[in-house]
Amino acid sequence: MEKSHPARRDDSVIEVTGLHRRYGTGTAEYHAVRGVDLTVGRGELFALLGTNGAGKTSTMEVIEGLAAPGAGTVRVLGHDPFAERAAVRPRIGIMLQEGGFPGELTAAETGRTWAGMTSGARPVAEALELVGLGHRADVRVKQLSGGERRRLDLAMALLGRPEVLFLDEPSTGLDPEARAAVWRLVRELRAQGTTVLLTTHYLEEAEELADRLAIMHGGQVVTTGTVAEVIAGRPSRITFELPERLDPVTAGAALPVLPGAEVTVDGLKVTVQSTGLQDTLTDLLGWARHHGIALGALDARSASLEEAFLAIASEAAHQAPPQAPTGPTGPARSARSARSARRLIGSAR
Amino acid sequence: MTTAAPATGSDRSTTGPQSTAAGRLLALGRAEATLLLRNRTALFTAVVLPVVLIGSLRGMLKKQAENTPGLDVDSLLVYGSVGMILAFVVYYNLTAAYVGRRGELVLKRLRTGEAQDLEILLGTAVPSLALGLLMSALIGIGGSVGLHLTVPVNPLLMLVGLVLTLATMIALAALSSAFTKTVESAGITTLPVMLVMQFGSGLFVPLEVMPSQLADVCRLLPTTPAFQLIRVGWFGTDGSAAATDFLGSWAAAAPHLVTGTVWLGLAVWGAVRYFRWEPRR
Repeated sequence: MEKSHPARRDDSVIEVTGLHRRYGTGTAEYHAVRGVDLTVGRGELFALLGTNGAGKTSTMEVIEGLAAPGAGTVRVLGHDPFAERAAVRPRIGIMLQEGGFPGELTAAETGRTWAGMTSGARPVAEALELVGLGHRADVRVKQLSGGERRRLDLAMALLGRPEVLFLDEPSTGLDPEARAAVWRLVRELRAQGTTVLLTTHYLEEAEELADRLAIMHGGQVVTTGTVAEVIAGRPSRITFELPERLDPVTAGAALPVLPGAEVTVDGLKVTVQSTGLQDTLTDLLGWARHHGIALGALDARSASLEEAFLAIASEAAHQAPPQAPTGPTGPARSARSARSARRLIGSAR
Repeated sequence: MTTAAPATGSDRSTTGPQSTAAGRLLALGRAEATLLLRNRTALFTAVVLPVVLIGSLRGMLKKQAENTPGLDVDSLLVYGSVGMILAFVVYYNLTAAYVGRRGELVLKRLRTGEAQDLEILLGTAVPSLALGLLMSALIGIGGSVGLHLTVPVNPLLMLVGLVLTLATMIALAALSSAFTKTVESAGITTLPVMLVMQFGSGLFVPLEVMPSQLADVCRLLPTTPAFQLIRVGWFGTDGSAAATDFLGSWAAAAPHLVTGTVWLGLAVWGAVRYFRWEPRR
C-alpha cells in the first residue's frame, strides 16, 4: 500500500507532553502511564502498540478526555480534552474497547439515540451501511455477533463525521473478512483527511494502516516512528531443521561460519538472525548443497514489525529489572527473550 | 461497506443540526422508555406493585382511623398513594436502571459523547419521571374527584414539594446504585430507603398516629420533608396542626422546606461522591 506522509508537525491535532496517570493511592497505587510524549499530525493515522498492561488504553482515555491527566498536558485540536470537553467532543469520535449499548435496543434504535446526542450526525442508515450493518438495523444488539457489535461501535464513533477518530482495538473479535472491511473503511476515512489514533494488538494492523506508530511498554513509549523506521536495523530471520541423521548434540558444530549472523541451535532446530539476509542465505544454501544436506521447514523472512516489537518488548523488559528476570546471555539470548516476549503478549494484566 | 462520505471541515456545518441539551435528554429518554417497555419485570414493579400497595394502604388507614378519631382517611389515602408511586416508579425503578446501564457499560459509553454527566443521569430518569408523574396525576386527580377531596390550598407549594421529592428520589437512586452490584440486588439495597419512606415519611403510617416524639424524629428523616410539602400544599397542614390557607401554608411548610433542601443537598453530595460510571473491575 502506498503511504504518503501528510503529517506536518506545525499542524498537529494531538499533542501529549509528559503524560502520567496513576490509579489508586498508597501501597495500592499503580503508575499506569509514566511520561508519555506523542504528536499526531492532521490527517495522520497513528497506531499505539504495546503488550497488555503497557498503558495504551490508559493513555487513550486521557487523550479522549475521559479522565484528567495525573501530570503533563494533553491538547486535542488545540483544546484540553478534559477541561474543555464541550469544545472537543463534537469534533471527535470515540470507539471504546468494549461495547456499551443496551442489549434490548436494535442497531437502528441505538443509532437513533446516538444521533440525538451527536452534532452534525449523518443519517443512521448511512452510518450502519458504512460498517456493513445495514441489513441488521432491526436486530437487537444482544442478538448481534461480537464482530457486529464492534462494527456498530465503530458506526457510532463515525456518526458525527469526526475530524479525529479514536479506535481502541477496533478489529479485536472480527473475522478476517470483517477486519479487512474495517481496514478499508479506516483507510478511506484517512484518505478523506480524518486523523486517526488507534491502539491494536495486531502488528499486521499497524503495519497495514499506520503512518507512524509508537510501541509502549511499562507505561512508556519505547520507540516511535514510521514502520520502516521502527524496523530499520532489525535483523532478518532464517529458520530450518537439520536432517535427523545428524547427531543432535554435535549437529550445531557442523554449521558453516556465517559472517554478521547470529546462530541459535536448539537440537536440530536452527535459527539464524542476520542483517544481510541475501548474503547469509547464499552462504547457507551453498553449504547445504555442498554437503548434500536437506534443510527442513526452511523459512527466511525480512525484519517485520512483529520481530521488532518482540525484540523491543523484551529489551524493555530486561532494562526494568523489577518487572522481569534478567534473561540468559550468549547466543541463545535473543531467541529465548523473544519467546518470553511472546508470553508477555499472551498474558493478561 | 460503502464509501465514507467526506469528513472535511467545510461540509460539517451542512450535515446535521448541532446537538442541544434538550435534544440529548429527549434521545436518551426515548431509548430508556423503549427499554422500560421491553423489560417486563421493571414494568411490573413500576406499574402493578404500587397499585397493589395502594389497596393495602386503604385497609391500614381504616384500621388506624378506629384508634385515631378525626383521621382524614380519604386525603391520606390519595396523598400516601402518590408518595408510594413516586417512591416505586422513580426511586426504585431508577436505581435499577442506573445499575443496569452501568453493568452494560452504557454509562461509560455515553460519557464518550457530547452529553454532560448530569444530562446522562437525567436522560436516564426521563421515563421514570414521566411515568411517575402520570400515575400520580391519575391517582391524585381521580382520587380527589372520586373522594370529593378539597382543591389544593397552595398549588405552588405542592409543585415545590413535588420537584423537591423528585430531585431527592433521583439523587437517592444515583446514590443507592453505587452500593448495588446487580439489577437483581437492587430490591435489597433499596429496601432501607423504601422502608424509611413508607413507614417514616408518613406514606403508609401517618405521622399524626405516632407518639409525638417518634413523629418529630420521623419529620427529620431524609424523605419526609419533601413528601410533607406536597401534603401541606394540598391540604394546608401536615397533620400536626389545623389546616391553614394559602399564606398560612407557607409558614407551616417553612421547616420542611429547610430540612428537605438540606437533605437534597446531602443526597446530591453523596451521589456525586459515590456514583460509579462503570462496574468495579
